[in-house]
Amino acid sequence: MAARTLYDKVWDAHVVGVRDDGQTMLYIDQQLLHEVTSPQAFEGLTLAGRAPWRIDANLATPDHNVPTENREAGIEGITDLIAREQVETLDANCRRFGITQFDILDPRQGIVHVVGPEQGATLPGMTIVCGDSHTSTHGAFAALAQGIGTSDVEHVLATQCLVQNKAGNYSVRADGRLPEGVSAKDLVLAIIGRIGTAGATGHTIEFHGEAVRALSMEGRMTVCNMSIEAGARAGMVAVDDRTLEYVQGRPFAPSGGRWAEAEAYWRALVSDPDAIFDNELVLNAGELVPQVSWGTSPEMVIGIDAAMPNPADARDEGQADGIRRALAYMGLNADQPITEVKLDRVFIGSCTNSRIEDLRAAAAVARGRKVASSVKQAMVVPGSGLVKAQAEAEGLAQIFVDAGFEWRAAGCSMCLAMNPDKLQPGEHCASTSNRNFEGRQGHGGRTHLVSPAMAAAAAIAGHFTDVRALS
Amino acid sequence: MKAFNVETGIVMPLDRVNVDTDQIIPKQFLKSIHRTGFGDNLFDGWRFLDEGEMGKTPNERQINHEFVLNDPRYQEARFLLARENFGCGSSREHAVWALMEYGFRAVIAPSYADIFFSNCFKNGLLPIVLEEEKVEQLFRLCGGDTAVSLTVDLPSETITLPDGETVGFAIDPKRKVSLVKGLDDIGLTLAHKADIEAFEQTHRRNMPWLFDRLTGEARGSE
Ligand code: SF4
Repeated sequence: MAARTLYDKVWDAHVVGVRDDGQTMLYIDQQLLHEVTSPQAFEGLTLAGRAPWRIDANLATPDHNVPTENREAGIEGITDLIAREQVETLDANCRRFGITQFDILDPRQGIVHVVGPEQGATLPGMTIVCGDSHTSTHGAFAALAQGIGTSDVEHVLATQCLVQNKAGNYSVRADGRLPEGVSAKDLVLAIIGRIGTAGATGHTIEFHGEAVRALSMEGRMTVCNMSIEAGARAGMVAVDDRTLEYVQGRPFAPSGGRWAEAEAYWRALVSDPDAIFDNELVLNAGELVPQVSWGTSPEMVIGIDAAMPNPADARDEGQADGIRRALAYMGLNADQPITEVKLDRVFIGSCTNSRIEDLRAAAAVARGRKVASSVKQAMVVPGSGLVKAQAEAEGLAQIFVDAGFEWRAAGCSMCLAMNPDKLQPGEHCASTSNRNFEGRQGHGGRTHLVSPAMAAAAAIAGHFTDVRALS
Repeated sequence: MKAFNVETGIVMPLDRVNVDTDQIIPKQFLKSIHRTGFGDNLFDGWRFLDEGEMGKTPNERQINHEFVLNDPRYQEARFLLARENFGCGSSREHAVWALMEYGFRAVIAPSYADIFFSNCFKNGLLPIVLEEEKVEQLFRLCGGDTAVSLTVDLPSETITLPDGETVGFAIDPKRKVSLVKGLDDIGLTLAHKADIEAFEQTHRRNMPWLFDRLTGEARGSE
């Protein structure tokens, strides 16, 4: 057989066949559901009189809308009645169809992309979908994980298949080692800065190279999470010892003889040495510095030692116009150093950076220091109830509280501001999330994407600062 | 799904690159559990000056007259002319629902983000891919004082301009069939029920660890 990439292998293992219209049906092993993109899918299923194909391939949890305060009140704690109806609808659908759900009061509730891997629901070699573009996160486990729209959520519920054309293969290789103080988030921001938000459209990215191998599973999830910000629907990392160590012993992971059988298969989930990629980016991770996004697209990113771009230096009028528009929205000037940007709020959380390792990195910076008085609010929102409990047990929560951060309950929170956590117009926020689009964190809000350590450092200094100088 | 054959109407130019789905329909409107009710909030952050919330109608809002959607010439627009990487960002299908409910039947752009592109086909919104120069030509055409009307013919894969000139476009033949006929996507797949069952059996034999996992456990906190 011809040499194959990791993506080719997982794809090939799931092809059911070709439909009458010529499109490929891909079998889906796991669907994750949340309250925002599933109600219309369940409604469609009901209207058509169809039943879910395989109940045991679904896992649900509410995350986008849930408040991060007063969690003990459960559903009653959702003061926005429309949001509440959405969470209640998820409860009702899961109950009606017998779908496993970690509901708002369950200690395992959290952001779907944190919960799946944490529970061992995410396994190597799987095909995974969710009505959420950051499903790419699960690719860190050599799974083919893709975000889909609501019609496809319904389609997968009804048929266990996703109908699509195969994507191309994109190789992103990070050589060398990330320097101290430079994290997985900085790596992926730098990649997006180079290839742009449409750079990998129509492709599945495989991240490899020494710097990727050296990342923890949390770090790999951070990198794969933002594949979508580089235009790719999926990002993947090959299986190694670290992958298996993470998965073993998780509640939904196989055990005993089943584990041995699975492990033998999983070990082969790597690209063949002579596999051919359609596209390639090579970068030297050893040269990277902490990154900060300055504009309104994740590709508008610079190093902490740099200044805002100047439209005069743009390659064409289109780009110059984009820079001008973004600077105007952000209330910033051309050539202004990024360290001059003062922060109104700081948000540490989201499916990109709300795992235990992220909280440890932020706490290491916050320990013994205080949030600057000019910062109106600095909040830490763990990715799941279990991450929250672990951070409390490790004493991280106390470090944050002592430093003046708010310690919240798990959910998407200010990543997209569907719940009460949001920016006011004109406010600048250092955020560990993944999108800095206009209004993403609140109407007129100005988001800067950074790593957890850089967000904590910005909270302490009141403006962006190089975390490496602090420690 | 709504079928698409031949449609004639006004084209509205939206001269921005990387228009993301957060702009097409902002998050506060995603709280709905229905498929309808999004048209009034299409491009909400650009279209209005005040912050929108669910349930407020456009006549209670502060209109941003600078934004092209509020230009009287484009009130009946059926086609949206856009720049590269249209529909990037969040997977929210609400973006497609909002565009269609507002009245758009097709988008014309040099490129789209993947998830948005496939969401279009699930609903009958035609995403036309045209080369950069042709898109540029259309933008120039829209630069005049009066709105431009086009005819989009999917079966023959052409756009007819007001002067009778036709511009050809290409579309994946597999997706075209369903769109022209307005076929039920799930029905098309379920026609292969036996194939899916056969695959599933083999898959279960090869990878038994993927089955019978999430049952009888974890029923939440009730
Ligand atoms: S944390 Fe943000 S990006 Fe992640 S799933 Fe939630 S809203 Fe989406």
